[in-house]
Amino acid sequence: MEAHLVDWSRAQFALTAIYHWLFVPLTLGLGFIIAFMETIYVKTGDEFWKKTTKFWMGLFAINFAIGVATGLIMEFEFGTNWANYSWFVGDIFGAPLAIEGLLAFFMESTFFAVMFFGWDKVSKKFHLISTWLVAIGSNLSALWILVANGWMQYPTGVKFNPDTVRNEMYNFWDVILSPVAVTKFLHTISSGYIMASLFVVGVSAWFLLKKREIKFAKKSMIVGATFGLITSIFILLTGDESAHQVALKQPVKLAAMEGLYEGKVKAGITGIGILNPKKNLTNDEDSYLFEINAPYALSFLAFHDIDSFVPGLKDLVYGNDKYGIESVKSKMLKGKIAIDALKEYKEAKKSGDMVSQLTNRSILEKNMKYFGYGHLKKPEDVVPPVAITFYSFHTMVALGTWFFLLFVLILFFSIKREISKYKLLLISSIASIPLGYIASEAGWIVAEVGRQPWAIQDLMPVGIAVTDISSTSVQATFFLFAVLFTLLLVAEIKIMLKQISLGFEGGH
Amino acid sequence: MFENLTLLQLQQYWWIIISLLGGLFAFIMFVQGGQTLLGRLSKGDETLKTMLINSLGRKWELGFTTLVLFGGALFAAFPLFYSTSFGGAYWVWMAILFCFIIQAVSYEFRKKANNFLGQKVYELFLFINGSVGVILLGIAIATFFSGSSFSVDTNNFSHWHGSYRGLEAASSIFNLSLGFALFFLVRISGALYFINNIDNETIKERAIRSIKIDMLIFLFFFLIFLYLLLSKSGFAYDNNGLVYYQEYKYLYNFVEMPIVLGMFLIGLLMVIIAVFMTIHFNKTCCIKTAGVGIVLTVMALFLNVGLNGTSYYPSTFDIQSSLTIQNSSGSHYTLTTMSYVSLIVPFVLAYITYAWYQMDKVKITKDEMEDSHTHKY
Repeated sequence: MEAHLVDWSRAQFALTAIYHWLFVPLTLGLGFIIAFMETIYVKTGDEFWKKTTKFWMGLFAINFAIGVATGLIMEFEFGTNWANYSWFVGDIFGAPLAIEGLLAFFMESTFFAVMFFGWDKVSKKFHLISTWLVAIGSNLSALWILVANGWMQYPTGVKFNPDTVRNEMYNFWDVILSPVAVTKFLHTISSGYIMASLFVVGVSAWFLLKKREIKFAKKSMIVGATFGLITSIFILLTGDESAHQVALKQPVKLAAMEGLYEGKVKAGITGIGILNPKKNLTNDEDSYLFEINAPYALSFLAFHDIDSFVPGLKDLVYGNDKYGIESVKSKMLKGKIAIDALKEYKEAKKSGDMVSQLTNRSILEKNMKYFGYGHLKKPEDVVPPVAITFYSFHTMVALGTWFFLLFVLILFFSIKREISKYKLLLISSIASIPLGYIASEAGWIVAEVGRQPWAIQDLMPVGIAVTDISSTSVQATFFLFAVLFTLLLVAEIKIMLKQISLGFEGGH
Repeated sequence: MFENLTLLQLQQYWWIIISLLGGLFAFIMFVQGGQTLLGRLSKGDETLKTMLINSLGRKWELGFTTLVLFGGALFAAFPLFYSTSFGGAYWVWMAILFCFIIQAVSYEFRKKANNFLGQKVYELFLFINGSVGVILLGIAIATFFSGSSFSVDTNNFSHWHGSYRGLEAASSIFNLSLGFALFFLVRISGALYFINNIDNETIKERAIRSIKIDMLIFLFFFLIFLYLLLSKSGFAYDNNGLVYYQEYKYLYNFVEMPIVLGMFLIGLLMVIIAVFMTIHFNKTCCIKTAGVGIVLTVMALFLNVGLNGTSYYPSTFDIQSSLTIQNSSGSHYTLTTMSYVSLIVPFVLAYITYAWYQMDKVKITKDEMEDSHTHKY
């Protein structure tokens, strides 16, 4: 496939994914925050909590609609823009998507209507259950899509079938309980909870600065900050496990996340650093122009052992005999052997040559795990864009640390002091809303840019996965969706701001 | 249980599920149909329009969800169709998706203060979704019978032949007739839904008038489609998977599968009865009768094209590349796993019905729309 087409297809998918992820995290977390608030209302019967629930619910609805719209596009873009990929993995990937639709999406959409329009039509308890089911449904939806994404990062539970030329599932539980999928799900949904907490805290801070809706703002802030603090601790744990899984399953990604070119024993982690733009795989330039390093931390993070060896990009591309790391060149050779064996197998099958079929099938199975490498043009192709991955990773970690501190400060000042007097803290809370989005998007950039060039890790590079179509068509739809999504985003922001400014008793 | 079924039995089971989903999707498109009736039924009266939009707005997510599930189920059960059709008929599917994106936000954004694009634009979005979106979907579904210009190589990667990438399907009278028949059918079901869901005489009268006209136009296009379908050659395949043309294939399929024919005729009859009872006996509950009828009719059409040794996605470029439920499906293991998941379908349908019943116990009234404390679109 032409490189131009692959780049445009990647750009289009990135565009859709980035826009989609602007709306999803808030839905994931705000659903639960609303459910907590309504639970307090049902328990206490206090109308204040009903109004509070309704205010946040109004904002939830505005965000939900556009999240659904962009999500629909993503599902079908697998087919429209990545048709070859769709066939190659449809036997595995389709199952989580279908289960998502059946188990999660229907739950969300059915009870969404009850949640918004059922206040005076159904009993209090049924309404509360509906609110919880919307929250659970949206999170279940995330579960299945992240299972599918986890499988792309670490294909497991499947076997390649040369007769159909695709991967076929042989163990469903291996797919859904893969450590990568489980970690990815937990880490991603907790990032959504933090995002929603930041949103609630930030909007409440705005009311406090404006000296409006004081009681509402203070109470909402405590709920948001408590939820945020708990999930910040949780995300620390899932982040640690996530990095460990990346070290085990996608070592090239880990090396790119740290800008690590030469492998190290007792490797340190970069707290703050600026990459040297002149550095590449073949020169001896320093990796960093500036760096503050925490010794041993990377070795510990990667393998939970401060003495462990963390391979760098050079080790992973050119091989390192001492640590038993195979070079990409060698993997490419094996990949080509697998591709040739598949071709021979098909010809033998056509001509009815059983001996050749068995021989080539055996060769194929032996080399199958390198199949995708056979499509690469040069070993350096396995290295993802290092700078994007590095800066995204460090942005995410730095902001995550800040959010943790912010929630601690908010709770401390809310409980022990009069928080409305601390203007700097309130301004910081408002500023943290966009920072939350940046951190959340940065996390996805690490996950997705960091695994390039693979559509499916080690099995299928993006160049093979793409639909056979003219790049002009993809460009046209790219701009079409870019304009549409941007218009809708502007509309959402304007509506959100207006609804917030209308306040606690504002329009429904 | 499902493990003991043969691969072919699983493929047939999944085609039945797909057919059911197709039928349910066609039914739930009363939302789209209703969207095209907003102007005619409200005639500029803002309160009436608000009632109509709020009536539909409480159901729009179900259509979206069914579309997602339909896509997901096709991806899982028949991945070669998914990759061939979506990647091949690129522009048709992209246009359909575009029509659905603009619907999703319209209900929620339309009346909100500071909504940037203005109320009229969102109402236009709803009309586009209900008209262009539905007609294009009908055209895309018609290609299940008429075929498309593609080939599948030895790696099972598909290639499209023709530069219009699916848009050429809109030049066929056969495809267009189904597209327009579907459009007028969903308008009828939309009007029946309004009659059932809204407590307002003006809307009811106008909806009945609209049904009378739309029913005649629906029958005109549907009969053209039916005539062309039953008189055309179809794409049959033998036990070795060899695809060949067979005269009157779809007619024979109905004759050779009497249950499917029965479903089709009963379904059509139910739609006609629903319309008749509404017009002549002033009944308000006929969306249910029509709904079951639509599900049965559409399901029967899907079963006709997928079963009885028929290629459900024929290639007009290379007949042997045509897709059948046998050569395009997932593996035995995947279909088995998915079949267990499908057992949840009745449970899902049950809670949807319960929630729907709870919400629709009280019909939409003007008073409700004027209450400042209720969430409205």
